[in-house]
Amino acid sequence: MVQEILQYLFSGVTNGAIYAVIALGFTMLFSTTSLINFAQGEFVMLGAMGLITLWKGFQLPLGVAFLLSTLGVAGVGLLMERLAIRTVRKPHPIVLVIITIGASILLKGIAMIAWGKDAHSAPAFSRHPPLEVAGATLLFQSLWIILIVVAVVLALQAFYRKSLTGKAMQACAINRKAASLIGIPSEKMTLLAFALSAGMGGIGGVLVAPITMSSYDMGMLLGLKGFCAAMLGGLGNSWGAVLGGMLLGILEAMGVGLFSSSLKDAIAFLLLLGILYVRPSGILGEKAIHRF
Amino acid sequence: MRQRGTCWIVSLAICAAVVLGLAPCNGWAKEPYKIGGVFSITGASSFLGDPEKKSMEMAIEEINGRGGIDGHMLEAVIYDDEGDPTKAVLNATKLISKDDVIAIVGPSLTPTTLAIVPLVEKEKIPLISCAAGIKITEPVKPFVFKTAQSDVLAVNAIYRHVQKQNIKKIGIITVENAFGESGKEQLTAQAGKFGLNIAQAETFGAKDTDMTAQLTKIRSAEPEAVVCWGTNPGPAVISKNIQQMNMKMHLYQSHGVASPKFIELAGDAAEGTYLPTGKILVTRQLPESDPQKAVLQHYVQEFEKIYKVPVSGFGGYAYDAVQILARALPGTEGNRDKIRDGLEKVKGLVGVTGTFNFSPTDHNGLGEDAFVMVQIRSGDWKLLEK
Repeated sequence: MVQEILQYLFSGVTNGAIYAVIALGFTMLFSTTSLINFAQGEFVMLGAMGLITLWKGFQLPLGVAFLLSTLGVAGVGLLMERLAIRTVRKPHPIVLVIITIGASILLKGIAMIAWGKDAHSAPAFSRHPPLEVAGATLLFQSLWIILIVVAVVLALQAFYRKSLTGKAMQACAINRKAASLIGIPSEKMTLLAFALSAGMGGIGGVLVAPITMSSYDMGMLLGLKGFCAAMLGGLGNSWGAVLGGMLLGILEAMGVGLFSSSLKDAIAFLLLLGILYVRPSGILGEKAIHRF
Repeated sequence: MRQRGTCWIVSLAICAAVVLGLAPCNGWAKEPYKIGGVFSITGASSFLGDPEKKSMEMAIEEINGRGGIDGHMLEAVIYDDEGDPTKAVLNATKLISKDDVIAIVGPSLTPTTLAIVPLVEKEKIPLISCAAGIKITEPVKPFVFKTAQSDVLAVNAIYRHVQKQNIKKIGIITVENAFGESGKEQLTAQAGKFGLNIAQAETFGAKDTDMTAQLTKIRSAEPEAVVCWGTNPGPAVISKNIQQMNMKMHLYQSHGVASPKFIELAGDAAEGTYLPTGKILVTRQLPESDPQKAVLQHYVQEFEKIYKVPVSGFGGYAYDAVQILARALPGTEGNRDKIRDGLEKVKGLVGVTGTFNFSPTDHNGLGEDAFVMVQIRSGDWKLLEK
């Protein structure tokens, strides 16, 4: 039994780390702009497809392909802010949210034309046999994913704490008007937040590509799971996103293992409802989430 | 006012001239038989509908090239339902009321077929579906036929092979949609007949990224073989996960992944996998004695010559449907009841999918020989001995 629980845990942590990166994207954009971007899942899809094309198709080295796909997706985020969000005359939150849904449908359609309707796969980052830990197998790819996620969170923390730009972004998040009064270009900060959160989605896609199959319509479900994770951990809190993602992933795996695979999503989402009922701001969320 | 009156007279005169002028023309060529087609040509199931549309057109061309049926040319009227049952019903209505077709081929999917069954039954239009679901022809509905192999036969083929390996205990993992549900039903129903014990039954979502948890649960039940039922990409993820977890047991996949795409997705994790498939995938490996070999070779050659794309395993359903119809049509003069009766009398028709023997109690007409077992070896299908 211990061996099986350990296996469920490993499986959960792998999926959870991916949910965490996607949740980070949601959280980051929300904390600077109080906007929820429903095209986040599509950024994940673009990251995965980008990696497959560049690494498997064009035979670029893994590091280069990783970097290019992330930057490419960040570029898409930047374009989206410039073309679709900035140009809205009355930027009411609900209008912007609907625009992001529109953007997600558009991106999905473009991806369908560009990569076709079939699924694609990518090999693991490194060719190592799976590790045996007390009878349970741990994929090397899982280690890669966890390592990269931790590195990304630490880098984000350093960026927020140490750099002037990071501090300026946080200032925008706390009080946009006051920030612009003291000379912080809040529009540029919004642009940066879009690019960073899209890039984060891209990293999520690059990480998920080797462990599963990627197709143009994979973004929807992953985006939804990432959103749940962000809500669970507390929107606006980076560590909360990581915690929420891990929790969701582990809960799903345990739900399959200890109850039934047909209840997998139900168990995770029921718990989400429960936690949000007790703590509407999420586990690590501080300020109350205001409703639109 | 007077001008308008003249206009009327002139147009009436033109109409009369056209009608009278054309009438004699119809004397030397009989009116064509219109055959409707409803396929999922675009959308998620385009991998089925697109080759089916092409194959139907190809079959009709071939029959017209031989001079049609009783002097009537065949004419295909094909609509796209995009895999949507509502659109399938709209298309079928259009075919029946506007195009006045004598029979319908398709749709491609079980849900779309079941959606139009009440309509064709009411309007008494013979329907030859290209979908696999057993519910289409069981219980038998007077006007509904189908050419695709049922899941019953696929499960039968898998279990016969499992039994030969002396395996008693299996685990199953099925996808959570109509295809997986139907597979699970058959896998459970037929297990007893082959002396098999399903030690663990699991399911997975069609878009899940990782199935390690389900497989862990199956592994702890210690079955000797795992049967997976789904369509790409889920089963490819399962193949990968099984390889990663180093599970040493036979893996059987369903005919839902019988396309080169599966081998591409699963890579070397696909090695050694057993699956049932129509004979088309292994046309070249079939022994000369196989009754279908000639038909298959002809179909593959013509399809690839006309459309310049590799043949798919699914277009044959529509090709067979047209051949069956062509066998039933002579002497009916387009009377739908007579066509229906004719369809039930089609016997020993060797098609791409199998040998069809229809009867009033069997509207699918296929036998166990419609499936062969193959194993994936060095990235290709290897036909296994019977």
